[in-house]
Amino acid sequence: MPEGMNTVTSITTNQLRRYGKPIVFLALLVPAIWLTWNWWLAFQYQPNGLGFNPQETSNRFTGDWAMRILLMSLALSPLAKLIKSPKPILFRRMVGLFAFFYVCLHITSYVWLDMLFDWVELWADVMKRLYITVGFAAFLLFIPLAVTSTKGWIKRLSARRWQTLHRSVYVIGVLVIVHFIMMRKGFQAEPLIYAGILATLYLLRVKRVRALLGRA
Amino acid sequence: MLIKRKEKWQESENSVTGENAYLNRRNILLGAAAAGAATIIPSVLAQPQRKLNALSARKTDYSPGESPSPEEAITQYNNYYEFGTGKSDPAQNAWRLQPKPWSIQVDGLVDKPATYGIEDLIDFNALEERIYRHRCVEAWSMVMPWIGVPLSSVLKKIGVQSGAKYVRFETLADKEQMPGLRWPVLDWPYTEALRMDEAMNDLSFLVVGLYGKELPNQNGAPVRLAVPWKYGFKHVKSIVRISLTEEQPVTTWQASAPREYGFYSNVNPEVSHPRWSQARERRIGEFGRRPTEMFNGYGELVADMYAGMDLARNF
Repeated sequence: MPEGMNTVTSITTNQLRRYGKPIVFLALLVPAIWLTWNWWLAFQYQPNGLGFNPQETSNRFTGDWAMRILLMSLALSPLAKLIKSPKPILFRRMVGLFAFFYVCLHITSYVWLDMLFDWVELWADVMKRLYITVGFAAFLLFIPLAVTSTKGWIKRLSARRWQTLHRSVYVIGVLVIVHFIMMRKGFQAEPLIYAGILATLYLLRVKRVRALLGRA
Repeated sequence: MLIKRKEKWQESENSVTGENAYLNRRNILLGAAAAGAATIIPSVLAQPQRKLNALSARKTDYSPGESPSPEEAITQYNNYYEFGTGKSDPAQNAWRLQPKPWSIQVDGLVDKPATYGIEDLIDFNALEERIYRHRCVEAWSMVMPWIGVPLSSVLKKIGVQSGAKYVRFETLADKEQMPGLRWPVLDWPYTEALRMDEAMNDLSFLVVGLYGKELPNQNGAPVRLAVPWKYGFKHVKSIVRISLTEEQPVTTWQASAPREYGFYSNVNPEVSHPRWSQARERRIGEFGRRPTEMFNGYGELVADMYAGMDLARNF
């Protein structure tokens, strides 16, 4: 890895591997720990932070974090280009897998805590409610990306085909935001802010846009 | 010997005891949870609540035989978009609302159009307490100990003219008092309406109190509607205008999403919201979901009004 390219910071790649990764790992685990702890309290009938509709809280909380971490993972490549350093790419797989982890928590929250494994009703929801169909499609598309995230799979597929497969994350990003917009009632600002961030991250992948920013 | 006739919409006595005990266990715990959260969150973020004076009210038979939901849940888990779209936003932001003095503009097909002080329309010496089930369109529900007067008593005061077929209500829309108005979530002012027979139905209730006290700001102070066989969003809050019309008014949610929210919005487990099922509901404080009842269990008192109507089309 070309160390000299880094203009922003003097932290070495080895330091990032040794200290940076565990720090980011633990940081991304914090929301999951908070949620598990509060559900544990709730099941003990203890005061907890889940509010008056804990199922609603945990569906939203896990969904919010899945979406935020997915956006973080999508921000790493443009960030690398903008700061002209490959270092952010070191974190891409981990952050991407964390996004998938929170998607899994989101689905667990919905299927278990909210719907109590009522499969008939669940299937009806997936088929009949367009926003759930959209969210479910995003989940299905995400599975092969998580499975093929290892070095072994990059070799097996060849780097080019692997990269083509992993471009489907752009579709997932759109589906996730559409799922979020459709879930809200009325004309709300928050989903549009996330949509704006996603659009910005996509635009930063276009060379000409970066050229306009003076950092092609 | 006292013979008490049980109405169909009331739970039977034996189920009442069981259910109360069952609910109380959770309510007590939920109350404790709420108290814990309540001491931390609002003290940091919100201004003190205005002092709520006690109201004296006679109790009536309108009780579903279920314990009211915890006061903390009713006053801290709210949909009142004028104060923000989050469930805890109204409790945090509604201190800006100034409910005293309060006047209500009355216009349209009425004998006595005028701007009335709230005391001129609502007889505070004739308040009743009614325990109503409350079913939100978002598939959660609570039980509310409302205090108020029948809407019909107010309509009689203002004089309904023969051509009047609908009652239209408007919520306050004041940017100074309501930070949620800065973003056009909905087309403000919030507008709701009832057909005249619905408005005159004895269940239609103008609420000025909750849990023995004046209505908290976040619940729609100083006066809001309660129509328990309809979804919660029909329960228009902080009413500043009542108009009687011949034409069916377009309500705010109808205008926002006509496929999702109809004029009637009667609680109906068989007619799904396009985005989620209405077959079941989560009673706040319970873990699972319970089946939703037709007209929220008030069918005996209201179903006649919709005889012959296709409720799947007139949703």
